[in-house]
Amino acid sequence: MNFETTIGLEVHVELKTKTKMFSPSPVTYGAESNTSTNVIDFGFPGVLPTVNHEAYRLGIMVALALHADVTKYTHFDRKNYFYPDNPKAYQITQSEQPLARNGWIEIEVDGKKKKIGIEELHVEEDAGKNTHGDDGYSYVDLNRQGTPLIEIVSKPDISSPDEAYAYLEQLRKTIQFTGASDVKMEEGSMRVDTNISIRPIGTDKLGVKAELKNLNSFNHVRLGLAFEEKRQSEILLAGGQVRPETRRFDEPSGETILMRVKEGSDDYRYFPEPDLPAFEVEDAWIKEIKDAIPEMPDKRRKRYIDQLGIPEYDAGVLTLTKEMSDFFQDTIEHDADPKLASNWLMGEVSAYLNANKLDLLETKLTPENLATMIKLIQDGTISSKIAKKVFQETIKNGTEPKTWVEEKGLVQESDPAVLTPIITGILDANEQSIIDFKNGKDRAVGFLVGQIMKQTHGQANPKVVNQILMGELNKR
Amino acid sequence: MSYLEMDIETLHEQLVAGKISSSDLVESSLDAIEAHDSDLNAFVTVNDQKALAAAVALDKQGIDPDNKLAGIPIAYKDNIVTKGVRTTAGSHMLDNFEPVYDATVVEKLENSGMINLGKTNMDEFAMGSSTETSYFKPTRNPWDLDRVPGGSSGGSAAAVAAGEVIAALGSDTGGSIRQPAAYNGIFGIKPTYGRVSRWGLIAFGSSFDQIGVMTRRVKDSAYILSAISGHDEKDSTSSKQAAPDFTQFISQDIKGLRIAVPDEFFGEGIDEEVKTQVEKGLQQLEQLGAVIDHVQLPYTKYCVPAYYVLASSEASSNLQRFDGIRYGFRAEDVKNLDDVYVKSRSEGFGPEVKRRIMLGTFALSAGYYDAYFNKAAQVRTLIKQDFEKVLADHDLIIGPTSPDTAFKLGENISDPLKLYFKDVLTISANMAGVPAASVPAGFDSHGLPVGMQMIAKRFDEGSIFKAASAFEAATEYYKEQPTFKGGAH
Amino acid sequence: MISKDQVAHVASLARLSFNDAELNQFTDQLDQIIEMEDELSQVDTTGVKPTTQITDEINVFREDVPVDDGISRDDLLKNVPETKDGLIKVPSIIDKGEADA
Repeated sequence: MNFETTIGLEVHVELKTKTKMFSPSPVTYGAESNTSTNVIDFGFPGVLPTVNHEAYRLGIMVALALHADVTKYTHFDRKNYFYPDNPKAYQITQSEQPLARNGWIEIEVDGKKKKIGIEELHVEEDAGKNTHGDDGYSYVDLNRQGTPLIEIVSKPDISSPDEAYAYLEQLRKTIQFTGASDVKMEEGSMRVDTNISIRPIGTDKLGVKAELKNLNSFNHVRLGLAFEEKRQSEILLAGGQVRPETRRFDEPSGETILMRVKEGSDDYRYFPEPDLPAFEVEDAWIKEIKDAIPEMPDKRRKRYIDQLGIPEYDAGVLTLTKEMSDFFQDTIEHDADPKLASNWLMGEVSAYLNANKLDLLETKLTPENLATMIKLIQDGTISSKIAKKVFQETIKNGTEPKTWVEEKGLVQESDPAVLTPIITGILDANEQSIIDFKNGKDRAVGFLVGQIMKQTHGQANPKVVNQILMGELNKR
Repeated sequence: MSYLEMDIETLHEQLVAGKISSSDLVESSLDAIEAHDSDLNAFVTVNDQKALAAAVALDKQGIDPDNKLAGIPIAYKDNIVTKGVRTTAGSHMLDNFEPVYDATVVEKLENSGMINLGKTNMDEFAMGSSTETSYFKPTRNPWDLDRVPGGSSGGSAAAVAAGEVIAALGSDTGGSIRQPAAYNGIFGIKPTYGRVSRWGLIAFGSSFDQIGVMTRRVKDSAYILSAISGHDEKDSTSSKQAAPDFTQFISQDIKGLRIAVPDEFFGEGIDEEVKTQVEKGLQQLEQLGAVIDHVQLPYTKYCVPAYYVLASSEASSNLQRFDGIRYGFRAEDVKNLDDVYVKSRSEGFGPEVKRRIMLGTFALSAGYYDAYFNKAAQVRTLIKQDFEKVLADHDLIIGPTSPDTAFKLGENISDPLKLYFKDVLTISANMAGVPAASVPAGFDSHGLPVGMQMIAKRFDEGSIFKAASAFEAATEYYKEQPTFKGGAH
Repeated sequence: MISKDQVAHVASLARLSFNDAELNQFTDQLDQIIEMEDELSQVDTTGVKPTTQITDEINVFREDVPVDDGISRDDLLKNVPETKDGLIKVPSIIDKGEADA
């Protein structure tokens, strides 16, 4: 018996705002516990929520970037449940009328393109953080309470762990390009829950789902789902039944481990939030947000290939992150040759970032300085060997390349009037080499160039030296 | 000095003239509390020391002649949070709770120089119509100490009626200002939903709750309501409409004022003596030039069931934050988290609150939402439309505030349903979000006060103040003083 | 008719517990109340939109600017029954699966 797999993904992404979703206390990272909080975050008696305009705007931006239809008439709802990190014992979210519906993104797996549908997107507040002590107590920090989130729920279109991985990559990339979130799994600004079921090929009814939690990376998602496919098919082949379970991925063993069996569905008693007026999202606002969305990676990639002549692979690498793509864009806007700019970013720059474990924006390199340096190479002012020196200087210290090159006397010597006397002098002193050259020994040229470079302290333009040298040799 | 013979304007003149001081007023209040409150139990917390200190400071600074409220003490219902002054909502759950911020209304009145004299008793979390569900023992009615003051703002009503204070704030979710005002022979107004900020009001039914004013004299309420009204950025449901100075409506002519009298407000279950008094009141308004029309509000009978579903559903969610973790009562002998929740809530809440939480949780639970919560919300739309229709060509809807006058303590406490139906005439204004007030309309044969209810269009409190002040001037019921009869004497 | 089991289930959702006598009493009372609520079913609400809030306002937003209300962490923690190092201390959690964000 062969099976087909159905995977659902629920992704929570923190929206990049200064204040919380429903309270004006600041959103911070790593602040001392319970300091980025106020009476609203604590859920004190008598407090009321207020909606962060920027959070809603960013939510719409993400929805539009994912090709979703923004809901015109909407409101918030309360989701009721007791937990120490949930101070009101309800979460303000959108249930009945989510922010947007019916989005999609395109993924590519093994060269095959596929559209994955997005069921809905809604904005809501994050919970605080609960740390379990080993003393029989747990400890609550409400700094994170109220951080704006957007939740993105996929349609059951994903049919393999690889597709799930590609979906997450594409989702992360798209959101990252909107600038609405940092979308970093390792910092918790992107969180993934997934569910998976299998059924015999050809049957209509979906199988029983298992939910996977505690997934710390896209790779864990892929590995966990692959393990589940295997586990569930083994159960079915043995004539058993899959139970509705919540499981977690265990990294060392690469297996999923049972957390609990779900009994019935949770009863969250959703109802419309009476403390917040409803919304009628105006078309003009949607248009304004749409116009403000930065160009998406696929479009950029196509443009780089078609208009700038960048090779397909390179264009892909340049559009992996918004940082890199924006940097590239800025560099060529400062008149750098696109191909050279691309080569430098993919070569020296990436090597430097990897070696130093830095993000591009954490260095002192600016698009302007990179462009200047490329221009200096192109017009022959510096050699590519000197350029490596210049690069180290400007990425480490933010030094302006042109001034630095001049100050340090690193400008390449290309003037024949300066170089010719030096070259004739060296020829005069090396009669034997001239003879060797005439006898067809090419090595002699190399020796002579070496001598010239030595005398000019490496600053002679090799191209010019070569031209003059050959002319002079032929004269003799 | 007795507040029973005073109004805010007179107090203000005497303060400005230096005949009395703010400290004198605080002392008078404290004396009246000393004299009556062991019988009445109108206050949960008397803010004596801080009130005195504030009055002394204000006296030193001098009374602002342009500010009618400066230096005058006021009491707050104990579900309005006051920074540094214990706020209990009448519950064991918040027995020792000390808020760290002020409600917007408190901040506004403090800015106009009013002095927080203390916190008044109430039904637990404002759930009740008699102030008997308070954890801090019932409040008694100054007209007859064997009777209830109504509720849930029973403490505020009794304190004002007994002259312990000239004004008090209350809150009204289904009649909690108007019914106790009626039972105590005072004026009480629930403004339009959105007129007054709810920031700092401990929520019961968020789409029903409004803070309002209770005073003996109509104009005094107009002064205070003007001071607490207006948009508040902290309450997204508060209206952006500018609030007028409500005192401008006092003593305006009511000739041609169009009054609708719904048949349903005089139907079955309404006490005959109450009907007689209110009908008499309507005749007086007619004599003053008002035009009276008889109308129907056919959905009135569904107000009670729809309200109890919706308000209880909201309450069940609003009261979940009382979980023993961040503030309030935490049960002892708790072994794990579930114990903290279940024991703290089961020991911290009284039976009426639990009943409403249970009803609300049920109405929202899986499989019942459509039949109860959603159905009631649809009925609410019909009730609202009923009102809009009648108010489209009338200035006021008038009828009794309560089906009866103050009942005896303990008489109804064991029959929740019977008590719920006492709200039948007041609930509709909360369902529709319209302003409504209770105006003293004389007494029944036991000498107990009867209240006449005036309901207006959204944001038209002006018509209420117009009619209520004209009626007050014509009848002068405020001149009667409570007898403090009965009780343990 | 609401059953005792239903009442017990609702109580567990609301984190309330009742002893047997209380449970009987609450079942009786809730049954009466719900019977009263069933009158709502007499109303024809076909096509009627529900009213779940009564404000006239719409599209009310707050600008994304932090506000310092001047209330310190100590004040915020003042009413907490137990704290440790600025954290709220709670007896250990028995995971019942409500931890999802």
